[in-house]
Amino acid sequence: MSELIKTALVTGGSRGIGRACAVRLARSGYQIYVTYVSKPGPALETCKIIEESGGTASSFALDIGDHQSIVDFFKEKIKDRVFLSVLVNNAGRTMDGLLVRMGHEQWDQVLRVNLSGSFFCLQQAAKIMMRQKTGRIINIASVTAQSGNPGQANYTSAKAGLIGLTKTAAIELAPRNITVNAVAPGFIETDMTAGLNQEVRDKYLSMIPLKRFGSAEDIAETVAFLTSPGASYITGQVLGVNGGMYM
Amino acid sequence: MSLEQKVKEIVVEQLGISADEVKNESKFVEDLGADSLDLTELIMAMEEEFDVEIDDEKAQEILTVQAAIDFIKANQ
Repeated sequence: MSELIKTALVTGGSRGIGRACAVRLARSGYQIYVTYVSKPGPALETCKIIEESGGTASSFALDIGDHQSIVDFFKEKIKDRVFLSVLVNNAGRTMDGLLVRMGHEQWDQVLRVNLSGSFFCLQQAAKIMMRQKTGRIINIASVTAQSGNPGQANYTSAKAGLIGLTKTAAIELAPRNITVNAVAPGFIETDMTAGLNQEVRDKYLSMIPLKRFGSAEDIAETVAFLTSPGASYITGQVLGVNGGMYM
Repeated sequence: MSLEQKVKEIVVEQLGISADEVKNESKFVEDLGADSLDLTELIMAMEEEFDVEIDDEKAQEILTVQAAIDFIKANQ
Protein backbone atom coordinates (compact mmCIF):
# COMPACT_ATOMS: atom_id res chain seq x y z
CA MET A 1 0.00 0.00 0.00
CA SER A 2 1.43 3.37 -0.93
CA GLU A 3 1.82 5.93 1.82
CA LEU A 4 -1.31 7.96 2.46
CA ILE A 5 -1.09 11.73 2.15
CA LYS A 6 -1.24 13.76 5.36
CA THR A 7 -4.49 15.63 5.17
CA ALA A 8 -6.31 18.32 7.11
CA LEU A 9 -10.09 18.30 6.84
CA VAL A 10 -11.75 21.67 7.41
CA THR A 11 -15.55 21.64 7.54
CA GLY A 12 -17.19 24.76 6.19
CA GLY A 13 -14.19 25.86 4.16
CA SER A 14 -15.92 28.22 1.76
CA ARG A 15 -15.23 31.48 3.51
CA GLY A 16 -14.27 33.30 6.66
CA ILE A 17 -12.49 31.36 9.38
CA GLY A 18 -12.79 28.03 7.54
CA ARG A 19 -11.14 29.37 4.40
CA ALA A 20 -8.36 31.06 6.40
CA CYS A 21 -7.69 27.83 8.31
CA ALA A 22 -7.58 25.83 5.08
CA VAL A 23 -5.16 28.25 3.44
CA ARG A 24 -2.94 28.45 6.53
CA LEU A 25 -2.86 24.66 7.08
CA ALA A 26 -1.88 24.17 3.44
CA ARG A 27 1.19 26.29 4.22
CA SER A 28 1.97 23.84 7.03
CA GLY A 29 2.20 21.17 4.35
CA TYR A 30 -1.09 19.35 4.67
CA GLN A 31 -3.26 18.33 1.76
CA ILE A 32 -6.50 20.20 2.37
CA TYR A 33 -10.04 18.87 2.17
CA VAL A 34 -12.76 21.46 2.62
CA THR A 35 -16.48 20.86 2.78
CA TYR A 36 -19.34 23.12 1.77
CA VAL A 37 -23.10 22.86 2.13
CA SER A 38 -24.60 23.74 -1.21
CA LYS A 39 -22.67 26.20 -3.36
CA PRO A 40 -19.40 24.77 -4.73
CA GLY A 41 -18.11 28.12 -6.05
CA PRO A 42 -16.61 29.64 -2.90
CA ALA A 43 -15.11 26.31 -1.79
CA LEU A 44 -13.50 25.90 -5.20
CA GLU A 45 -12.13 29.41 -4.76
CA THR A 46 -10.55 28.31 -1.46
CA CYS A 47 -8.93 25.38 -3.29
CA LYS A 48 -7.73 27.70 -6.03
CA ILE A 49 -6.04 30.00 -3.53
CA ILE A 50 -4.26 27.00 -2.02
CA GLU A 51 -3.22 25.54 -5.36
CA GLU A 52 -1.88 28.88 -6.57
CA SER A 53 0.60 28.85 -3.71
CA GLY A 54 1.68 25.30 -4.47
CA GLY A 55 -0.63 23.38 -2.15
CA THR A 56 -3.11 20.58 -2.80
CA ALA A 57 -6.81 20.95 -2.02
CA SER A 58 -10.16 19.39 -2.83
CA SER A 59 -13.69 20.42 -1.95
CA PHE A 60 -16.66 18.20 -1.14
CA ALA A 61 -20.37 18.84 -0.71
CA LEU A 62 -21.34 17.73 2.79
CA ASP A 63 -24.42 18.61 4.82
CA ILE A 64 -23.04 18.74 8.36
CA GLY A 65 -26.62 18.65 9.63
CA ASP A 66 -27.11 15.12 8.30
CA HIS A 67 -25.62 12.19 10.17
CA GLN A 68 -25.73 9.67 7.34
CA SER A 69 -24.02 12.09 4.94
CA ILE A 70 -21.17 12.47 7.40
CA VAL A 71 -20.80 8.71 7.85
CA ASP A 72 -20.81 8.19 4.08
CA PHE A 73 -18.33 11.01 3.49
CA PHE A 74 -15.75 9.58 5.89
CA LYS A 75 -16.23 6.09 4.51
CA GLU A 76 -15.94 7.10 0.87
CA LYS A 77 -13.40 9.92 0.96
CA ILE A 78 -11.29 9.66 4.11
CA LYS A 79 -10.94 6.13 5.49
CA ASP A 80 -7.99 4.26 3.96
CA ARG A 81 -7.67 7.02 1.35
CA VAL A 82 -5.81 9.72 3.24
CA PHE A 83 -3.86 10.01 6.48
CA LEU A 84 -6.19 12.18 8.55
CA SER A 85 -3.74 14.35 10.48
CA VAL A 86 -6.13 17.16 11.35
CA LEU A 87 -9.86 17.78 11.67
CA VAL A 88 -11.04 21.36 12.08
CA ASN A 89 -14.69 21.37 13.09
CA ASN A 90 -15.54 24.78 11.75
CA ALA A 91 -18.88 24.47 9.94
CA GLY A 92 -21.48 26.51 11.72
CA ARG A 93 -24.46 28.73 11.27
CA THR A 94 -26.47 31.27 13.20
CA MET A 95 -30.20 31.87 13.35
CA ASP A 96 -30.42 34.63 15.93
CA GLY A 97 -33.45 35.67 17.93
CA LEU A 98 -34.38 36.50 21.49
CA LEU A 99 -35.04 33.35 23.41
CA VAL A 100 -38.69 34.01 24.16
CA ARG A 101 -39.27 34.36 20.43
CA MET A 102 -37.01 31.53 19.33
CA GLY A 103 -38.79 28.90 17.28
CA HIS A 104 -38.34 25.19 17.60
CA GLU A 105 -36.67 24.93 14.18
CA GLN A 106 -34.39 27.85 14.95
CA TRP A 107 -33.12 26.04 18.02
CA ASP A 108 -32.90 22.59 16.42
CA GLN A 109 -31.14 23.67 13.23
CA VAL A 110 -28.39 25.55 15.01
CA LEU A 111 -27.82 22.74 17.51
CA ARG A 112 -27.89 20.17 14.73
CA VAL A 113 -25.20 21.82 12.63
CA ASN A 114 -22.95 23.42 15.24
CA LEU A 115 -23.03 20.72 17.91
CA SER A 116 -24.38 17.43 16.54
CA GLY A 117 -22.62 17.81 13.20
CA SER A 118 -19.32 18.58 14.91
CA PHE A 119 -19.77 15.58 17.18
CA PHE A 120 -20.46 13.21 14.29
CA CYS A 121 -17.42 14.48 12.38
CA LEU A 122 -15.28 14.15 15.51
CA GLN A 123 -16.61 10.63 16.07
CA GLN A 124 -15.79 9.51 12.55
CA ALA A 125 -12.38 11.19 12.64
CA ALA A 126 -11.60 9.64 16.02
CA LYS A 127 -12.18 6.12 14.70
CA ILE A 128 -9.64 6.75 11.97
CA MET A 129 -7.14 8.62 14.15
CA MET A 130 -7.28 5.88 16.82
CA ARG A 131 -5.95 3.42 14.27
CA GLN A 132 -3.32 5.91 13.15
CA LYS A 133 -2.40 6.43 16.79
CA THR A 134 -2.07 10.14 16.16
CA GLY A 135 -4.25 13.09 15.23
CA ARG A 136 -5.23 16.65 16.05
CA ILE A 137 -8.82 17.81 16.39
CA ILE A 138 -9.70 21.47 16.71
CA ASN A 139 -13.22 22.62 17.41
CA ILE A 140 -14.07 26.20 16.55
CA ALA A 141 -16.12 27.42 19.50
CA SER A 142 -16.92 31.07 20.27
CA VAL A 143 -16.30 33.68 22.93
CA THR A 144 -20.08 33.88 23.18
CA ALA A 145 -20.12 30.35 24.62
CA GLN A 146 -18.05 31.68 27.51
CA SER A 147 -19.67 35.07 27.98
CA GLY A 148 -23.23 34.59 26.75
CA ASN A 149 -24.71 36.77 24.03
CA PRO A 150 -28.23 38.12 23.71
CA GLY A 151 -30.11 36.77 20.72
CA GLN A 152 -27.97 33.67 20.51
CA ALA A 153 -29.40 31.18 23.00
CA ASN A 154 -29.14 28.48 20.35
CA TYR A 155 -25.67 29.37 19.08
CA THR A 156 -24.10 29.93 22.50
CA SER A 157 -25.59 26.67 23.80
CA ALA A 158 -24.21 24.76 20.83
CA LYS A 159 -20.77 26.32 21.15
CA ALA A 160 -20.69 25.75 24.92
CA GLY A 161 -21.61 22.14 24.18
CA LEU A 162 -18.67 21.98 21.84
CA ILE A 163 -16.38 23.03 24.69
CA GLY A 164 -17.69 20.18 26.86
CA LEU A 165 -17.25 17.80 23.95
CA THR A 166 -13.68 19.03 23.50
CA LYS A 167 -12.78 18.15 27.07
CA THR A 168 -14.40 14.72 27.10
CA ALA A 169 -12.93 13.81 23.73
CA ALA A 170 -9.51 15.00 24.91
CA ILE A 171 -9.63 12.61 27.87
CA GLU A 172 -11.00 9.65 25.93
CA LEU A 173 -8.63 9.98 23.00
CA ALA A 174 -5.45 10.93 24.87
CA PRO A 175 -4.29 7.29 25.14
CA ARG A 176 -4.12 7.20 21.34
CA ASN A 177 -2.04 10.35 21.11
CA ILE A 178 -4.91 12.39 19.72
CA THR A 179 -5.24 15.93 21.05
CA VAL A 180 -8.54 17.78 21.06
CA ASN A 181 -8.73 21.51 21.65
CA ALA A 182 -11.18 24.32 21.10
CA VAL A 183 -10.43 27.75 19.73
CA ALA A 184 -12.86 30.41 20.86
CA PRO A 185 -12.80 33.37 18.48
CA GLY A 186 -13.91 36.76 19.70
CA PHE A 187 -15.33 39.33 17.31
CA ILE A 188 -13.88 38.35 13.93
CA GLU A 189 -14.46 40.24 10.68
CA THR A 190 -16.31 37.66 8.56
CA ASP A 191 -19.52 37.42 6.57
CA MET A 192 -21.15 36.14 9.74
CA THR A 193 -20.44 39.39 11.58
CA ALA A 194 -20.59 41.75 8.59
CA GLY A 195 -24.36 42.01 8.90
CA LEU A 196 -24.25 43.71 12.27
CA ASN A 197 -25.03 47.42 12.38
CA GLN A 198 -22.59 50.14 13.39
CA GLU A 199 -24.10 50.60 16.83
CA VAL A 200 -23.56 46.93 17.69
CA ARG A 201 -20.05 47.00 16.23
CA ASP A 202 -19.13 50.04 18.32
CA LYS A 203 -20.49 48.36 21.41
CA TYR A 204 -18.31 45.31 20.83
CA LEU A 205 -15.27 47.44 20.06
CA SER A 206 -15.63 49.16 23.42
CA MET A 207 -15.41 45.74 25.08
CA ILE A 208 -12.17 44.73 23.36
CA PRO A 209 -8.98 45.81 25.19
CA LEU A 210 -6.90 45.51 22.00
CA LYS A 211 -9.34 47.94 20.36
CA ARG A 212 -9.74 46.13 17.07
CA PHE A 213 -11.73 43.30 15.62
CA GLY A 214 -9.89 40.07 14.87
CA SER A 215 -9.26 38.65 11.43
CA ALA A 216 -9.91 35.13 10.20
CA GLU A 217 -6.14 34.81 9.87
CA ASP A 218 -5.74 35.41 13.62
CA ILE A 219 -7.82 32.28 14.20
CA ALA A 220 -6.05 30.33 11.46
CA GLU A 221 -2.65 31.01 13.06
CA THR A 222 -3.87 29.61 16.37
CA VAL A 223 -5.34 26.54 14.67
CA ALA A 224 -2.07 26.00 12.79
CA PHE A 225 -0.16 26.24 16.06
CA LEU A 226 -2.40 23.60 17.64
CA THR A 227 -1.61 21.24 14.78
CA SER A 228 2.15 21.86 15.04
CA PRO A 229 4.68 19.59 16.83
CA GLY A 230 5.18 22.34 19.38
CA ALA A 231 1.60 21.96 20.62
CA SER A 232 1.78 18.22 21.27
CA TYR A 233 1.34 18.62 25.04
CA ILE A 234 -1.77 20.80 24.76
CA THR A 235 -5.12 19.01 24.94
CA GLY A 236 -8.60 19.70 26.29
CA GLN A 237 -8.01 23.45 26.27
CA VAL A 238 -10.09 26.37 25.12
CA LEU A 239 -7.87 28.99 23.54
CA GLY A 240 -9.51 32.39 23.45
CA VAL A 241 -8.46 34.48 20.47
CA ASN A 242 -10.45 37.56 21.25
CA GLY A 243 -8.29 40.64 21.80
CA GLY A 244 -8.87 40.35 25.52
CA MET A 245 -12.67 40.57 25.15
CA TYR A 246 -13.10 37.66 27.56
CA MET A 247 -10.50 36.48 30.07
CA MET B 1 -8.38 -18.80 7.03
CA SER B 2 -10.89 -20.03 9.60
CA LEU B 3 -13.06 -17.64 11.58
CA GLU B 4 -11.10 -18.54 14.69
CA GLN B 5 -7.79 -17.71 13.05
CA LYS B 6 -9.17 -14.45 11.72
CA VAL B 7 -10.40 -13.39 15.17
CA LYS B 8 -7.01 -14.19 16.66
CA GLU B 9 -5.29 -12.25 13.92
CA ILE B 10 -7.40 -9.18 14.71
CA VAL B 11 -6.57 -9.53 18.42
CA VAL B 12 -2.86 -9.77 17.63
CA GLU B 13 -3.00 -6.73 15.39
CA GLN B 14 -5.16 -4.55 17.65
CA LEU B 15 -3.33 -5.32 20.89
CA GLY B 16 0.13 -5.42 19.36
CA ILE B 17 1.01 -8.77 20.93
CA SER B 18 2.53 -11.95 19.50
CA ALA B 19 0.32 -14.72 18.12
CA ASP B 20 1.45 -17.36 20.62
CA GLU B 21 0.11 -15.25 23.50
CA VAL B 22 -3.43 -15.48 22.14
CA LYS B 23 -5.23 -18.59 23.42
CA ASN B 24 -8.95 -19.30 23.13
CA GLU B 25 -9.38 -18.87 26.87
CA SER B 26 -7.31 -15.65 27.04
CA LYS B 27 -9.11 -12.79 28.75
CA PHE B 28 -8.64 -9.51 26.88
CA VAL B 29 -8.10 -7.36 29.93
CA GLU B 30 -6.50 -9.67 32.50
CA ASP B 31 -4.38 -11.85 30.21
CA LEU B 32 -3.72 -9.70 27.16
CA GLY B 33 -3.47 -6.28 28.80
CA ALA B 34 -6.24 -4.52 26.89
CA ASP B 35 -7.63 -1.21 28.17
CA SER B 36 -11.11 0.14 27.47
CA LEU B 37 -10.06 1.86 24.25
CA ASP B 38 -8.38 -1.37 23.07
CA LEU B 39 -11.63 -3.23 23.71
CA THR B 40 -13.61 -0.64 21.75
CA GLU B 41 -11.19 -0.90 18.86
CA LEU B 42 -11.32 -4.69 18.96
CA ILE B 43 -15.10 -4.65 18.77
CA MET B 44 -15.00 -2.10 15.93
CA ALA B 45 -12.46 -4.20 14.01
CA MET B 46 -14.54 -7.34 14.41
CA GLU B 47 -17.72 -5.56 13.38
CA GLU B 48 -15.99 -4.43 10.24
CA GLU B 49 -14.28 -7.72 9.40
CA PHE B 50 -17.31 -9.96 9.94
CA ASP B 51 -20.04 -7.48 9.06
CA VAL B 52 -21.85 -7.94 12.37
CA GLU B 53 -23.24 -5.42 14.83
CA ILE B 54 -22.10 -5.73 18.41
CA ASP B 55 -24.00 -3.37 20.70
CA ASP B 56 -22.44 -2.12 23.93
CA GLU B 57 -24.39 -4.52 26.10
CA LYS B 58 -23.21 -7.52 24.08
CA ALA B 59 -19.70 -6.14 23.88
CA GLN B 60 -19.45 -6.16 27.67
CA GLU B 61 -20.06 -9.91 27.67
CA ILE B 62 -17.25 -10.58 25.22
CA LEU B 63 -14.42 -10.99 27.68
CA THR B 64 -12.36 -13.75 26.07
CA VAL B 65 -11.14 -14.71 22.63
CA GLN B 66 -13.52 -17.71 22.67
CA ALA B 67 -16.47 -15.48 23.57
CA ALA B 68 -15.70 -13.32 20.53
CA ILE B 69 -15.49 -16.38 18.27
CA ASP B 70 -18.77 -17.73 19.65
CA PHE B 71 -20.56 -14.42 19.26
CA ILE B 72 -19.50 -13.98 15.67
CA LYS B 73 -20.38 -17.58 14.77
CA ALA B 74 -23.84 -17.13 16.25
CA ASN B 75 -24.52 -13.78 14.63
CA GLN B 76 -22.91 -13.94 11.23
